[in-house]
Amino acid sequence: MTPTAPPTVEDALALGLTAAEYELVCERQGAPPNVLELAMYSLLWSEHCAYKHSKKLLRTLPTEGPHVVMGPGENAGAVDVGSDLACAFKVESHNHPSAVEPFQGAATGVGGILRDIFAIGARPIAVLDSLRFGEPLGQGATRTRYLLDGAVAGIGHYGNSIGVPTVGGEVYFEGPYEHNCLVNAMALGLAERERLVRSAAAGEGNVLVLFGAATGRDGIGGASVLASAELTDGGGEDGAGLDSKRPTVQVGDPFEEKKLLECSLELLARELLVSLQDLGAAGLTSAAAEMASKGEVGIEIDVARVPLREPGMEPFEVMVSESQERMLCVVEPANVEDVLALCEKWEVGGAVIGTVTDSGLVRVRDGERLVGEMPVRALVDDCPLYDLQPRKPDAPIYPPPAPSSALSAGASASETLLALLASPNLASRRPLFEQYDAIVQSRTVRRPEQADAAVLALPDGGALAVSIDCNGRRVAADPYTGTVAAVLECAANLACVGAQALGTTNNLNFGNPEKPHIAWQLTESVRGLGDACRALDAPIVGGNVSLYNEGATGPIYPTPVIGMVGRLPDARRAGRLGFARAGDRIALVGPFAPSLDAGELAKLLGHSLPDGLAAIDVVAVADAQDAVREAVRAGRLSSAHDVAEGGLAVALAECCLAGGLGAEVELGEGTVAGATVDLFGEGAGGFLVSGDADAVGELGESAALIGLGTVGGEVLRIATPGAGEILSVTLAELGHASAALGLLFG
Amino acid sequence: MKFGVLRFPGSCDEVDALRAAARVGDAELIWHGERDLKGADAIVVPGGFSYGDYLRAGAIARFAPAMESVISFARDGGLVLGICNGFQVLCEARLLPGALLVNANRRFTFRQLELEVVNARTPFTRACVAGERLSIPAKHSWGRYYADERTLAAMDDAGQLVLRYAPGENFNGSLHDIAGVCNERGNVFGLMPHPEHAVDELTGGSADGLKLFESIRLAVEGARG
Repeated sequence: MTPTAPPTVEDALALGLTAAEYELVCERQGAPPNVLELAMYSLLWSEHCAYKHSKKLLRTLPTEGPHVVMGPGENAGAVDVGSDLACAFKVESHNHPSAVEPFQGAATGVGGILRDIFAIGARPIAVLDSLRFGEPLGQGATRTRYLLDGAVAGIGHYGNSIGVPTVGGEVYFEGPYEHNCLVNAMALGLAERERLVRSAAAGEGNVLVLFGAATGRDGIGGASVLASAELTDGGGEDGAGLDSKRPTVQVGDPFEEKKLLECSLELLARELLVSLQDLGAAGLTSAAAEMASKGEVGIEIDVARVPLREPGMEPFEVMVSESQERMLCVVEPANVEDVLALCEKWEVGGAVIGTVTDSGLVRVRDGERLVGEMPVRALVDDCPLYDLQPRKPDAPIYPPPAPSSALSAGASASETLLALLASPNLASRRPLFEQYDAIVQSRTVRRPEQADAAVLALPDGGALAVSIDCNGRRVAADPYTGTVAAVLECAANLACVGAQALGTTNNLNFGNPEKPHIAWQLTESVRGLGDACRALDAPIVGGNVSLYNEGATGPIYPTPVIGMVGRLPDARRAGRLGFARAGDRIALVGPFAPSLDAGELAKLLGHSLPDGLAAIDVVAVADAQDAVREAVRAGRLSSAHDVAEGGLAVALAECCLAGGLGAEVELGEGTVAGATVDLFGEGAGGFLVSGDADAVGELGESAALIGLGTVGGEVLRIATPGAGEILSVTLAELGHASAALGLLFG
Repeated sequence: MKFGVLRFPGSCDEVDALRAAARVGDAELIWHGERDLKGADAIVVPGGFSYGDYLRAGAIARFAPAMESVISFARDGGLVLGICNGFQVLCEARLLPGALLVNANRRFTFRQLELEVVNARTPFTRACVAGERLSIPAKHSWGRYYADERTLAAMDDAGQLVLRYAPGENFNGSLHDIAGVCNERGNVFGLMPHPEHAVDELTGGSADGLKLFESIRLAVEGARG
């Protein structure tokens, strides 16, 4: 498509619209759209902006609850955290940009989610990230390490430079993510509850001010061409063919965003704005149309007044550019001068680019010339929504993983534990999180590896707890139960620091929803998400959907990343995961029913994914979480840690490593379902706690509890009544195994 | 006494420094474009990325109007504490000898570190004792302290090597494990670790950093007699 030739249906197809959608655009416009109009429709009607394959499903999710201050539909959701404060939070993906250019893709992912937070008037206080890559060893390792290194450096570059701590996150390495990595970033912000702002444009005659960075040709077509299609590379080795998509990736400048952040918050604090919206995917097109739609008004923009980074940009390029670090606000005419003066103080560009009208149209001018005119409703609301055609696949979608060479046949329990601890999914994340500033802003009560959830102090003496989690392999084995497990895992992490969930965000990372088996994964997963969040009273306040995550080698594991924010009443009593005191009793709490199915050991052994997982008794698990949470809040326990990947033995090892103390454990008769399952089986609802005998005994009155042994020494030793000692590993050996990820960053 | 904490557009730790200083005295932010130091008895040049640090860490910040005032203030004997990016700025401004190079591990690294007090007679360490260990976090990409050997020997003789990384803690590769240095006169001090982040057990991993702020208070009030 050249800017001068009238576009055709072929141009529409190239921009990602279907022929039927193009017809509908023509009908709504009353004529075939011109170049600029077609460009704007193609973006706003893309999967990324219109959620056309997921919106119907998302409507089934619970979004209301006593703590919800702002639900889905705004730039971020928000929950009441007490003392008239609200916590805004959201997770977003930047998967395809990161697969093409990991450093900038990840960096701008962080930049984008931070803008969502301060766009509603909250000061960003924390970032977490959820990453998925292919295997870092063996075939495909070169690409995996390149992506991992770039993404981690990019996240650090942005968060560290802007002064927002990166307090937590997760990373998994699995073959299905090799081609299409996942980079999801979550951010939290704090605001006075009454001062949260919405993005709806209002007030005919009010002025649109664009402020922040100048607009350039970067990120053109990011939302449609890159984010809403499968990631095909034309067959280059190591994704080299993806280079052709590099121009669709934006470039981030954290210093510019730091100024933009401070400027935005000061503009809001001085009550100079009617509304505020960040420019993300689809740039000015999306920001203007969304603001007009929410305010049920019209908007007129003069692209000639937009400050440009380079001359000669076409009007459509100005409207669709995804240049970073920009915000759009609505200002009453009397305040424009003050707004621009404040922009000058913070050294961010500010320009009046248009007005709010009562026309119900988005009208784009280039100086005197009208270059595009579209009904707001047609742009934002009239994109057709599609019903999915879910069908459970008859045969497995994913090949079995290659067996790990780290685990020889007939390995002892000790050797198996060390192999698990050294495996990429379980090894210590220290080499990654040490690249992030976790403490700036002086709120971080629990840093990475100190507790199951990050804990951030609140001014009233309480604290926020936050966790992000999803085991995609489990979701692949059973989309419903796997998603329920991911939600429970997040809530368990919160319970271990003493926090109760207030709200949930999610990023649904899936393959191509037009394929029946992916549609089935998505449908089942959303059903699990809704059921689990309802059961835990942890409503969904916002989120994001990232579809078409597949390439030539097939789809990713379905990965509904869950982010959960909770509150605990006393920051000083936030739980820790490490054993703290020799002589403390160790106990396993909760309805833990371990199984090797879809677990880490099964992966190391090269087992295929099972067809379905055992159902989870959500109510029983939630009850156990309640009991653990109360015990932590009472300050009675020395440590609390949920049993997750790698099962009980790995959880024990993690408690030992975090506390620098060994443990003597005896698995009682009641737990014997075969030592391997007892040691390494996984399942929801298991918690490992330690404390003095009274504290542990008390907890046993409110939850199922099995005494396991005693903290102390420098060895983790596990015995059974029948077989005697079955596992014995020193702290030094545990530490050495767990440090395996350091080799990737040599 | 009163601390003035500089604020550049890309400062990140200025509010943390302000709060830390406010635990021992009055404290106020000073905008980079202002020349008035607002009657401060001591100046903190905080961490962050002053103007984005795209040229070289601290290279632009030294030319800020507020820094011009800080340079005169230091020449008159005023106490100036530079933390992380602030240390880089003070080196760029030639208020401190040496330079900060990219970390030996070539990565941004955040770690809680053990530091050793080498000289406890400075205005910044007088609440400590020589040989004392302080637990203070560090987080930076450009923290490898470098000066030529002759300069280092002279600094050592003059007691300008104030803080050292304890054995095994020097991840950035600083020469002689140097974590913090002062000028010859002893009134300007810079360090890479962040004492303002170690003022509260709850969030700082320790409260050892408070001793540096407390030292400044003692020095200022002692000088007033």
